[in-house]
Amino acid sequence: MAKDTKTAEYPVIWLQGAGCTGCSVSILNSVSPSISNVLIDEVVPGKHVSMRFHATIMAGSGEVALKVLPDTKKELTGKYILIVEGAIPTADNGVYCELGDKTLLEVFKDMAKDALAVIAIGQCAAFGGIPAAEPNPTGCKGVMHVLKHNNIKVPVINVPGCPVHPDWFVGTVASIMLGGLDIEVDDLARPKLFYGGLIHENCPRRPDFDKGKFAEKIGDEGCLYELGCKGPYTSADCPERQFNSGINWCIKNGSPCHGCVEPEFPDKFSPLYKKIKVKE
Amino acid sequence: MKKITVDPLTRIEGHMKVEVMVDNGEIKEASSTGTLFRGFEIILKGRHPLDANRLTQRICGVCPASHSTASALCLDDAFGIGGKITDNGRIIRNLILGSNFLQSHILHFYHLAALDYVDVTSVAKYKGDDPSLKSINDFIARGQLFPFVPRYEGDYRFKEEENIELVDHYVRALGMRMKAHELLAIFGGKMPHNVGTIAGGVTSKVTTDKIVNFLWRAKEIKEFVDNIYIPDVLKAAEVYSDYFTIGSGCGNLLAYGGFEQEGNEMLFKPGMVSTDLKKGNVDALKITEDVKSSWYADASTHKNPAEGETIPEPGKKGAYSFLKSPRYDGKVYELGPLARIAVNYVSGDEKVKTLVDSVLKKFKAGPDKLFSVLGRHAARAIDAKIVVDAMIEWVQQLKPGEPSYTQCDVPDEASGIGLTEAPRGALGHWITIKGGKIDRYQVITPTAWNASPKDDNDQPGPIEQALIGTKIKDEDNPFEIVRIVRSFDPCLACSVHLVDYKGNEIGVVDAGC
Repeated sequence: MAKDTKTAEYPVIWLQGAGCTGCSVSILNSVSPSISNVLIDEVVPGKHVSMRFHATIMAGSGEVALKVLPDTKKELTGKYILIVEGAIPTADNGVYCELGDKTLLEVFKDMAKDALAVIAIGQCAAFGGIPAAEPNPTGCKGVMHVLKHNNIKVPVINVPGCPVHPDWFVGTVASIMLGGLDIEVDDLARPKLFYGGLIHENCPRRPDFDKGKFAEKIGDEGCLYELGCKGPYTSADCPERQFNSGINWCIKNGSPCHGCVEPEFPDKFSPLYKKIKVKE
Repeated sequence: MKKITVDPLTRIEGHMKVEVMVDNGEIKEASSTGTLFRGFEIILKGRHPLDANRLTQRICGVCPASHSTASALCLDDAFGIGGKITDNGRIIRNLILGSNFLQSHILHFYHLAALDYVDVTSVAKYKGDDPSLKSINDFIARGQLFPFVPRYEGDYRFKEEENIELVDHYVRALGMRMKAHELLAIFGGKMPHNVGTIAGGVTSKVTTDKIVNFLWRAKEIKEFVDNIYIPDVLKAAEVYSDYFTIGSGCGNLLAYGGFEQEGNEMLFKPGMVSTDLKKGNVDALKITEDVKSSWYADASTHKNPAEGETIPEPGKKGAYSFLKSPRYDGKVYELGPLARIAVNYVSGDEKVKTLVDSVLKKFKAGPDKLFSVLGRHAARAIDAKIVVDAMIEWVQQLKPGEPSYTQCDVPDEASGIGLTEAPRGALGHWITIKGGKIDRYQVITPTAWNASPKDDNDQPGPIEQALIGTKIKDEDNPFEIVRIVRSFDPCLACSVHLVDYKGNEIGVVDAGC
């Protein structure tokens, strides 16, 4: 049946931990390629993402679905990409998140060991996010933390955001397909392509900041710094890229940036609507 | 008796397990289990009240706008500005919430539920020229059929050409639900997790270009709802008509009502309906939550959420879920589009009555058939139509240049309540503020009701009741179970969190990963 033997398959296992599914939903908003291009077509010529396991979209349920995990491990050792969405609960031996009679912590460690690479999608998987916020009731940790703690050596790329921008995800996957794992990343393992510049540097309200024109309440013109904008501490390309097919983004909508791609989100950036000094 | 376990129950939001005991091909017992716990309310304690609006959205990425709406209403109430939201503010909040109803309902029918009915592999036989179907045809020919296979095999009943058409609609619906998010972002900034809806109104300004942009995107989605979504649900109902009698559930429906319109009138009315189709009024004080079957300490059981106290106790004997069991006056209630549509139906809403009656007439069925798998899907499609039609009216009521935000101060001590409707049903947020900070924050979501485990009187929850008594044709491919559960559109991330916390140690031990 296989008429095109030249297509290279990039098998993907997508695990969901302590999260909200918002990053998966955000990725459905990918414009070009569309999500059906991503799942069905060759994202780049000759290369296809084979989404073997993703609980929100996969047809199979229960054992039929779960069997994909050990099968992939066996057939494709060292060849599949493990994507994690959501933090990993580690308290009480990981009992706060389970998948088919195992804790997510166990499943994650097991799948990470034999993966080609791990991509942590969204704030929770990268840095713990809101589930890991004080007092972190379930001991949630980001992917890198858990791997390091368990001495599992596998390349990790962090693609944070609450939610992740679909372009950040698709762009990272395309970079791997075209050039391998050697992606230029910052000291937080984030691709520089997307997280390379401060929001504050590229903000359309930057001239207001420079002139000292500040909004005093929501709805005012002017820089939102006094209303708690974390743009000066946040590195992402939101001002140029914008969200939802480039229609809008937080500051354009009159809201301060909450800094949702930085490890400081949410605790060190709280209160979200107050001006605070967090880092130089 | 044979046990069938479906874990994970996929194509829902969140982590869910369902177990049933089958005897002679019939489900005798059923248990619904939420398998993720995050403890949102614990995390909210001690934070700035305004932050609740942003953080509670992150309870769920499929319906975050519902939480931002309930939270804003709750904060407005606590801040004493409940009646002072400007018309622009009220309308834009409705547009943000409504946009996500559309994305959620379209996503649910086509991308979460449809694969239980539609055979994607039929496209292998497609010979036409449609580029999107041709690319699926190529995909199948390459032989790696994930994520559409593996799956349950057998009971796919559509004809080949119907399957092909529905697969085409699956792909078109991906674009439509994306458009609904674009619609939301016009006034919400971004989606998931909008920044528009806040205490006091919304952050966004009204301009004519946004109004006209919104109007035409909304019209395009309306076309899809009217001409594709509703007809596809009816087509599924023809081919799988036995599902009008499968999964009937507890027979009691409840809605808080939502989408405030001009003159305080709600688009969706609050109320309760049972199979006798008589309307009852909702009194939030009659809500209690049981924990006998939940992994929480027994001391806190059967209390009104405003007084509840909950301590996680994973491994508690006899318990099987991180969900609690909300009950109304001790009885089991189902929430969701079916509840909203039924309450409006018995409240004399002419438009809803006409739409519902036309569906029932087509299938020569009485209103009792609404309490079923297909009844839920039909009600959800009608719900989408009611919302999109209203949004097209609302957006034209916006007034450019007028304010959409009312300045508000955070009081030192206050309490508030915010009740609304989420795509999956009635949603409530409660706050208590002390010393200018959150002392207590509570959320009770629709799936907390629908997917609840047995209560203190051993009454099973709505999904469990819908499963019990169902005949399973093929125990290796138990389509009936997943079709029933998915008809409720469960959202588990929404539903599993600690409902109250008063400063008790919860015995969390960092196991060092």
